Amino acid sequence: MAENKWLPRWFYQLASPRWCYDITGKLLPIFVILTLLTLVTGTVWALAFAPADYQQGNSFRIIYIHVPASILAQSCYMLMALAGAIGLIWKMKVADMVAKSCAPIGASLAILSLVTGAIWGKPTWGSWWVWDARLTSMLILLFLYLGVIALNSAIESERTAAQSTAVLALVGLVNIPIIKYSVDWWNTLHQPATFTLTERPAMPAEMWVPLLVMVIGFYCFFAVVMMLRLRNEIIQRERRSRWVRTLITG
Amino acid sequence: MNFESFAEFIDMGGHGLYVWLSYGIALAVMVINVVNPLMHKRQIFSEQARRLRREKQKS
Amino acid sequence: MSDSMPNRPAGDVMNTECRVDGPFWGALKRELLLSYRRKSDLVNPLIFFLMVATLFPLGVSPDPAFLADVAPGVVWVAALLATLLSMDSLFRSDFEDGTLEQILLSPQPLYLVVLAKVLAHWMLTGLPLTLLAPLLGVMLFLPSDGMWGLMLSLLLGTPTLSLVGAIGAALTVGLRKGGVLISLLVLPLYIPVLIFGSAAVQGAVTGLPLGGYLALLGAMLSFGLVMAPLAIGAALRISVSG
Repeated sequence: MAENKWLPRWFYQLASPRWCYDITGKLLPIFVILTLLTLVTGTVWALAFAPADYQQGNSFRIIYIHVPASILAQSCYMLMALAGAIGLIWKMKVADMVAKSCAPIGASLAILSLVTGAIWGKPTWGSWWVWDARLTSMLILLFLYLGVIALNSAIESERTAAQSTAVLALVGLVNIPIIKYSVDWWNTLHQPATFTLTERPAMPAEMWVPLLVMVIGFYCFFAVVMMLRLRNEIIQRERRSRWVRTLITG
Repeated sequence: MNFESFAEFIDMGGHGLYVWLSYGIALAVMVINVVNPLMHKRQIFSEQARRLRREKQKS
Repeated sequence: MSDSMPNRPAGDVMNTECRVDGPFWGALKRELLLSYRRKSDLVNPLIFFLMVATLFPLGVSPDPAFLADVAPGVVWVAALLATLLSMDSLFRSDFEDGTLEQILLSPQPLYLVVLAKVLAHWMLTGLPLTLLAPLLGVMLFLPSDGMWGLMLSLLLGTPTLSLVGAIGAALTVGLRKGGVLISLLVLPLYIPVLIFGSAAVQGAVTGLPLGGYLALLGAMLSFGLVMAPLAIGAALRISVSG
């Protein structure tokens, strides 16, 4: 492969499914340990040690699930669109696989964010669902994910499916800020002065430090699940190659 | 520690149902996310092993 | 196909016949001519538009005050669904008879041809919907102050709907069951247009200044005009080559 001035070497190595399979195999245990450490610490801290909110009491502890899930659902879409773009531009098979693996994880995180938001809404607002701007945006993000998954499963050829999904994800990425802005604006028009879930006076450190730990934990968890799915995809698509054959028989 | 007793910890100041429900669902989502690819991996491996055996018999 | 010489594109033939310059006008003329020959396709979205608007009083309540309240939203949702309904056929017949492949192979800029197709689609659905909208407004007791807002917002909003919908149509053109899938892909992307469109009508009804909403709809339209044909072109290339 020709050396390129602008792109580092590992970028090209990423394009090799085998290299990717090996490196994720090495990284996986590290991330599993990191995930377990951060999530267990974060959860215990969040549930037992963080102080209760003076307004919402202990139902506030849902934030430690809700916010990381929401952040990750959004980052996951970014990653999916980015990987899709790389797949389109450099025709990199591994990038296509990453994009494909992102969609179901992101959708499940969006669902988690919506469900915890609804559960949090019950004691806070008195109803399971409120057309709050953030919840509505998250619902639309879930729809975008579902569209991507539906398109990917509708197209039989793997290559075409990956490319079409990448275009759709990129279109969605361009639209996300517009959707977000319009929903925020719509919300302020229809519901002036509602109490929002996450906009509050600055949180004390005892509250946000465990939140940070949980966010990091969720990111590590995402990395683990992502690698698991990516490795499956690699084996599935490279099943004809010799190294996968020896991997399976040996 | 923010709670006096274990019962109080479970009750969460009257919001126990909501808090534990959220954490339970989060756990369920995470477990599904981990188990699903693992099952898939096993399925791929057995499928491919069967295919390789079949091809060996033919040749 | 790909190894043969670039065939004379369909648009070119039209150029010489109709003496209109450029691939854009050629493609536009061809689209309009084709749909003129299949008149039923023209009327169907309009009938659908009318029917959806009829369902609301039947399903919810015929009370004039209530209907006047929901009218902006109902007309906009109906327009959105009607546009979506006609979207599936945008590239399908061209894909099936091979014209699409010829367009992709032709030396004409794909951007312009795609833009012409979308413009033709809008002229045959969005524009009639806009013209029909006051009738629905009267049926739903929309105050007469809101009519101009309704027409203007639809005039600016429906081209955006056609542009975004065409991306979905291009992505699903190679699939046998594209219809439901398009709605799944495209509806979330329609939400901003719906929000600002119905808000413009509401603003017109309550006598608020419309400029801001219309400016936003116009901004979305111009952004769509620049970006959407690129996405449509890329999607068509992927769908046809796959």
